[in-house]
Amino acid sequence: MNIKQIAVFLENKKGRLAEVTRALASAGVNIRALSLAETTDFGILRLIVNDPDQALASLKTSGFVAQVTDVIAIEVEDKPGGLARILEVCNKNDINIEYMYAFVEKRVSNAIVIFKIDDHEQAHRVLKENGIPIVTSDVLKNL
Amino acid sequence: MFDKSSEAMGRKELAALQGERLAKLVETLYKKVPFYKKKMDSAGVGPKDVRKIEDITKLPLTTKDEMREVYPYGLLAVDKKEIVEIHTSTGTTGKPVVDAYTRADVDLWGEVMARTLGMGDTTRDDTVHNAYGYGLFTGGLGVHYGAQKIGAIVLPISGGNTKRQLMMLKDFGGTVLTCTPSYSLLLAEIGREEKYDFSQLKLRVGLFGAEFWSEGMRKEIEEKLSLKALDIYGLTEIIGPGVASECLEQNGLHIFEDVFYPEIIDPETGKRLPAGEKGELVVTTLTKEGTPVLRYRTRDITHFLTGQCACGRTHVRMHRLLGRTDDMLIIRGVNVFPSQIENVLMKIEGVEPQYQILVDRKGALDSVEVRVEMNETIFSDEMKNLAKMEKDIESALYSTLNIHTVVKLVEPKSIPRSEGKAKRVVDKRSL
Repeated sequence: MNIKQIAVFLENKKGRLAEVTRALASAGVNIRALSLAETTDFGILRLIVNDPDQALASLKTSGFVAQVTDVIAIEVEDKPGGLARILEVCNKNDINIEYMYAFVEKRVSNAIVIFKIDDHEQAHRVLKENGIPIVTSDVLKNL
Repeated sequence: MFDKSSEAMGRKELAALQGERLAKLVETLYKKVPFYKKKMDSAGVGPKDVRKIEDITKLPLTTKDEMREVYPYGLLAVDKKEIVEIHTSTGTTGKPVVDAYTRADVDLWGEVMARTLGMGDTTRDDTVHNAYGYGLFTGGLGVHYGAQKIGAIVLPISGGNTKRQLMMLKDFGGTVLTCTPSYSLLLAEIGREEKYDFSQLKLRVGLFGAEFWSEGMRKEIEEKLSLKALDIYGLTEIIGPGVASECLEQNGLHIFEDVFYPEIIDPETGKRLPAGEKGELVVTTLTKEGTPVLRYRTRDITHFLTGQCACGRTHVRMHRLLGRTDDMLIIRGVNVFPSQIENVLMKIEGVEPQYQILVDRKGALDSVEVRVEMNETIFSDEMKNLAKMEKDIESALYSTLNIHTVVKLVEPKSIPRSEGKAKRVVDKRSL
């Protein structure tokens, strides 16, 4: 149910982002979604890609510190209040969101948002109870 | 043990031998070296005042700066035609100090280095992979002479070309590795990239010296290279490596005190400290001929360990170096040794011994930045975890050093690797 995200450590130096994307391109990896969190000194690049294993291997070969983490992809209605509704459900059920970012592609008429959550089991249960659809990695691959 | 009669000599017998040798040394220095005669005269002591080893405290101390002033031949105690080899200190901070060896001195060097290699049970069945630099630097040739004395195979590969080193380490089946501790980690790192399995290599023991390293770094080296890591100590001004070495007990370095007499003094007053107290190591060469040294202030901070060592050697042990009097950074009035910073870092789970300390002055205030390389163990996809890692290291440093530092996580391999001595401190202050 969870999907695999690649996180990469980057120093705040000129050209590093380009080097990450070049490494992935050379390995034939396609980036589907990304987010960059940064301080003044360093950043964490988070990526959803079509082939996480290949991506991880190519980044390590290029000397980057990278790791795979589990995240949840949730379908969000593409209309005002779509995201608000989901966040309210999370809030009501004490689901703590570490970070989130939006997917580039759309699925039919819905947007896809990536959530990093502490307790995945609880999140899955609550989302199901509230009829909020999550997207599996198989579905993502075929977008 | 390479030389049991010397290394396990009874303490009484040893003291008598030291006294005898010191008396003879002082006589020679007074007669042959104007530099020392002048020092003794102005201290009001002479050969007649020195009969036993305890008399050594009457004699003047010698500093590196004094020795530099008489560069190149001012310390010679024999005719120049007796000299067969010369080494010097690096002289990065001025003129170098010269160590001139007679044939007997080279032989002595071989003897003490054979004892050093013997600390790791090196025999003629061993192959010594010697990655210390050969040249004016004493590391390479010191190990070389010791290995030859034992009759082990020595591979004089010297420093550099790490990939070739790994290939030869594997092909010639090196059992004893000799290099700086930081270079051993570089070997481990490149070895891992090149897919060498160190547990399948024949390496058994490593003798590492020429720079400061910590217990944490030892653990790391032993795990990564699959060997037992021993700390060795020496300095060009005395003979090169071969002044002291750890035995397999790994609890302090035995000083070869039948030939190198050690004392610990208070670096401020120059007064001798009681056994066990921390201070500056002072060494006298009891038998050297070419350039003997009287009460040389090493500037290395350590203390003696009391009690018998389980290995059977009777020579006194010193704690691994705690710092150098001249490495000491004064930051906002607080004395800080880089070794303290390393000790703190190595106690933090997952942190690797790749770090650099940058000291700068902003306005009137000193700032210290400690750069620590990121690795897979401490990395996280969540910003708060990385921020917490930085804060945790900062507060651990604060509780030990009592100064505020800024910890900066940097990318792997962004701190320059060294094939010789690692440069851990960059001091950008112009004082």
